[in-house]
Amino acid sequence: MEHAYDITLTVNGTTVSRRVPARLHLVDFLREDLELTGSHAGCEHGVCGACTVRVNGEIVRGCLMLAVQANGCRVDTIEGLSDSKELAGLQKAFHQKNALQCGFCTPGMLMAAQDLLLKGKKVSREEIRTHISGNYCRCTGYQAIVDAIEEVVNGKG
Amino acid sequence: MKAPAFAYVKPASLPEAFELLQHPNAKILAGGQSLIPSLNMRLSSPELLVDITGLPGLSEIKVLNGFVRIGTLVTHTRIEQSPEIKKHIPLLAQAVPHIAHAAIRNRGTIGGSLALADPAAEYPACAVALEAVFILKNKTTERRVKAEQFFKGLFETDLKPGEILTAAEFPVAGKSDRSVFLELTRRQGDYAIIGLAVHNSNFVYFGAGSMPVVAKNASSKKTLKEAKAALAKDLNPPADLYHSSATKLHLAGVLLERAWNMLTT
Amino acid sequence: MGKAELPLHAPGTKLDRGYIGQSVPRPNAQRLLQGRGSYVDDLRFPRLAHVVFYRSPHAHAKIKRLDFSKGLKSEGVIAILDGRAVAEYCTPWVGVLAHLKGIKSPPQHAIAIERACWQGEAVAAVVAETRAQAEDALGLIEAEWEELPAVIDMQESLEGKKIIHKEFADNICFSRQHDTGGVDEAFAAADVVVEETFEFGRHTGVCLEGRAILADYNAAEHSLTVYHSTQAPHMMQDIFSRHLGIPEASVRVIARDVGGSFGIKVHVYPDEMATAALSVMLRRPVKFVADRLESFATDIHAREHKVKIKMAVSRTGEILAFDLDDLSAIGPYSVYPRTSGIEGNQVVNLTGGPYKHRKYRAKLNVVFTNKNVTCQYRAVGHPIAVALTEGIVDKAAAKLGMDPAEFRRKNLIPDDAYPYTFPSGIKFERLSHHQTLNKLLDLMSYKKLREEQEVLRKQNIFRGIGLAAMIEVTNPSPAFYGVGGARISAQDGATLRLEPTGMVTVMCSVTEQGQGTEGIFAQIAASAVGVSMDKVRVITGDTGVTPYGGGTWASRGAGIGGEAVLLAGRALRSNMLEIASKILNLEKETLDIGNNAIIGKLTQEKKMPLEELGRVAYFRPDTLPMDFQAELTVTRHYTPRQYGFTFTNGIQASLVEVDPDTGFVKLLKHWCVEDSGTVINPMLVDEQLRGGVVQGIGAALFEECLYSPEGQLLNGSMADYLVPMSGEMPDIICAHVETPTLQSQLGAKGVGEAGTAGAPGAVMNAINDALAPLNARVTAMPFTPERILRALAKA
Repeated sequence: MEHAYDITLTVNGTTVSRRVPARLHLVDFLREDLELTGSHAGCEHGVCGACTVRVNGEIVRGCLMLAVQANGCRVDTIEGLSDSKELAGLQKAFHQKNALQCGFCTPGMLMAAQDLLLKGKKVSREEIRTHISGNYCRCTGYQAIVDAIEEVVNGKG
Repeated sequence: MKAPAFAYVKPASLPEAFELLQHPNAKILAGGQSLIPSLNMRLSSPELLVDITGLPGLSEIKVLNGFVRIGTLVTHTRIEQSPEIKKHIPLLAQAVPHIAHAAIRNRGTIGGSLALADPAAEYPACAVALEAVFILKNKTTERRVKAEQFFKGLFETDLKPGEILTAAEFPVAGKSDRSVFLELTRRQGDYAIIGLAVHNSNFVYFGAGSMPVVAKNASSKKTLKEAKAALAKDLNPPADLYHSSATKLHLAGVLLERAWNMLTT
Repeated sequence: MGKAELPLHAPGTKLDRGYIGQSVPRPNAQRLLQGRGSYVDDLRFPRLAHVVFYRSPHAHAKIKRLDFSKGLKSEGVIAILDGRAVAEYCTPWVGVLAHLKGIKSPPQHAIAIERACWQGEAVAAVVAETRAQAEDALGLIEAEWEELPAVIDMQESLEGKKIIHKEFADNICFSRQHDTGGVDEAFAAADVVVEETFEFGRHTGVCLEGRAILADYNAAEHSLTVYHSTQAPHMMQDIFSRHLGIPEASVRVIARDVGGSFGIKVHVYPDEMATAALSVMLRRPVKFVADRLESFATDIHAREHKVKIKMAVSRTGEILAFDLDDLSAIGPYSVYPRTSGIEGNQVVNLTGGPYKHRKYRAKLNVVFTNKNVTCQYRAVGHPIAVALTEGIVDKAAAKLGMDPAEFRRKNLIPDDAYPYTFPSGIKFERLSHHQTLNKLLDLMSYKKLREEQEVLRKQNIFRGIGLAAMIEVTNPSPAFYGVGGARISAQDGATLRLEPTGMVTVMCSVTEQGQGTEGIFAQIAASAVGVSMDKVRVITGDTGVTPYGGGTWASRGAGIGGEAVLLAGRALRSNMLEIASKILNLEKETLDIGNNAIIGKLTQEKKMPLEELGRVAYFRPDTLPMDFQAELTVTRHYTPRQYGFTFTNGIQASLVEVDPDTGFVKLLKHWCVEDSGTVINPMLVDEQLRGGVVQGIGAALFEECLYSPEGQLLNGSMADYLVPMSGEMPDIICAHVETPTLQSQLGAKGVGEAGTAGAPGAVMNAINDALAPLNARVTAMPFTPERILRALAKA
């Protein structure tokens, strides 16, 4: 039997209310109910990182959180952070360094990269590699991604 | 895959939570970083999820007299960032960066990890090595269980139906205490092939059996050579997808040697 | 033919070649960076139904009974259908090709009828209003099975005591023998014979976007529109048309953004055919998105070879002959329409490829097993051929006490020997092995690394350096598939249209999977026409819009599609100048295009903006001469025909450190020097090479589809099947030698598979180099700690 619950949350700055089944995970809620299809479901078991979104300012796996758990939360997705220009620097660096190919991992990768940027510290390439080690990319050799993040986080280039 | 249907309740108080846990097919949901993947793969089909993340008083790190009490809902990230834990429980601080990845550490909780008792997880072994004490509550009573007695088998603990692990207490490390944390993973953030948490003379392996394994024989030896030789009496690690039992035993010896050398230098 | 018309020129740059050779960011990456792409699962349709599949839990079993009654009562369920019901709408297929002599495979249905031949094969389809509801109903299907003997091991399959398909006398799908003659004599005369058996694990593509298809049947028109995550829209149009009985022109296949493909998305999948059939049956749009668990169990797997190889060498280090025996297992069916015989065939064609020996013998057996099917995945056969060759070459060099780089230099085909026919029969147009070797050794400071290695060994630090030279099939002619009867186009087309505002729209049959096809087409079109890149828009992946063509596979997009764009661009430019000459009353020969305007050829002065040309041609053609019609849309096609394949060459090197206590391999650095002819966009090429290298590293160290002896996939999840993640990957240094193919104007060869082809061999050689002082050696990929420790007798 489907159990549904009313939730109200703030997504990309806008308050939304929906009735959702308990079993619906956050990334499906964003994609199916709100039609914010920029966050992707790559594995639905928390390994690939394509569904990474921000909840109350912290990055989380969108497939490992239920929509109903996001009740009352502030959720930011790739669409919101693009429009607010928060990601503009990283997006520019990713573009100019070709740090993406098929683009399926990219929204999640940017979320993880921005998380590192927000820590406000200079980082080594090793630390960048470690920080994005939960985000799978099958197309690039990760190197352009590391280069792009390094440029923005360390203010190089 | 999508999770099977279930009901969801987020109680606001412990008594309410205990009431809900009376349901015969209820499961506790904390950070959900292990439970939700198993739901998404339909490996688990509870009728009711009791989300305990709204319960008051379970999210604190408190330094008390001689020990640090960590509330069950404290996330890995908070442990990673806590200056108190870095100072008083260095073993835990060493272990936490090995747990998965940032996005998972932001939601995963210490209580969830301990209660799940994954034999390859970091915290259970650390808790055993540190001789932590767990606080378990049910509707009527509270009891305290030593970590070593808490873990009973593969994903099996001393938690009784209707009980909640509310906190874990770790002794504050003294100046002369020494800790080493080592684990071998193929990739950053993976579950360990094998790992070793050492606090003073407690050598506790993970990924080496159905639960944390205390290397009692090895740790009682005077020399490294004797200790390595004794390890086979302590461990009979089960093979995993990629590593035979013999390989894991060999790797356990390598970790023992590394830890031994770190402790003695 | 030569590339006489280069240099191209483009306004906005002072460079002779226009945008060719420039690291221009891809325009189409912007939408992906903002999460505004449109992958199949992002599309929204009214009355959309979702399909999931009930899959066999057994490796080989007879379907005795399927009971859908409980499932049909489940909430949201629209239909549950078995193989027979779907077969009424979709005819079966057989994955054979005429030029692979003797290849055989039984007919395969969209949904299995009577028996399942691997764990994961679909035996029923559940259609519901949501995916979750469909999965709920899946759990209510009751099935009764009679397990049949399963053949899991390939040696057992070859022996043929248990036969998988009763209609055949054995389990051999395809076999081939190749012999130049004189091989036994060469071995008899050799001073040194080296021999080794190499094993290659079965692995898979793991595209981050799973296979996805949304089929939308229009009953009123008897037409079908398929939104498909595919590499080959026209091939799929033909297949949907023939197997569903819908006129070809009434089938439209649209591939919008594709979330990685790597060869995974160029095959016919039964569940995808079933999805299209279900849309016809149910007269509504139906969507199937393979989840990650289904992807592991049903996306094509690849590799799984065991090869015994022998090499004859003279005392002075001259390779005299190769002799090899390859056994490969492909699952229960040869995959349609490309067949599963190609990978083994490539091993026979390519082994020994960089070297100048003349005697060669190879034997291949491709056998059926009750595991998931295998087929062409990135670099098809190359990683095996390269690792075999380079592994045995290193072994010979060691035996002779020669430096591996010097041994290669002695044997690589000279750079002035082309055109060259290799003993396996393949032909090389122009390769540059010696240039790439020299460049690599410089790039990596080879000598210094060797010295450093020596010093570190004394400190018990075990570093290894591995080289892997290679050749690579690119720009395939119809010899690859067409000659065998496959309706797979080796030609591609491009249409260029000047818009009234002076912009250029490019429509090309080669598709974009993230490698940057659309970006390089914009570069080529802008350069050929004479406009700036911001004036160019590119459309690919729609059979209703683009010219007919093969799509993206076998490293053909830039070389074939790019040439079509170039030819169309030049034709459009000529037409534009023709119109300008009528408007301006000037000789065409005195005019040129630059800075998005018609200019004087000599003076470079601006005569007329292109939007004025567009305005006159489209809206005031009455002002043009009566006998003149402006043509501002042109289409050109290109097929490589002079050579069966336009081979490229390259060489890679890997530097690793092996921990002999743990068997762990740390990748310290990787180098790749590639000659892919004209490099259109170095930045795109380099990261594509790196991505390929990382996939090759996956094969060498991490990836293997593990099956139980009963045929159960043991590691079919992202947690258990290990793909390379950023933490363990090294920096990868790329460099190029450019030897353009003379078959085309553009001169581009392919590069998409080079990284994957060479990396496993390079990493293997590096590990074995590191292990050499410890008298250990590994030859079975992936090189897990377990295997390395075993080689060291520690496990």
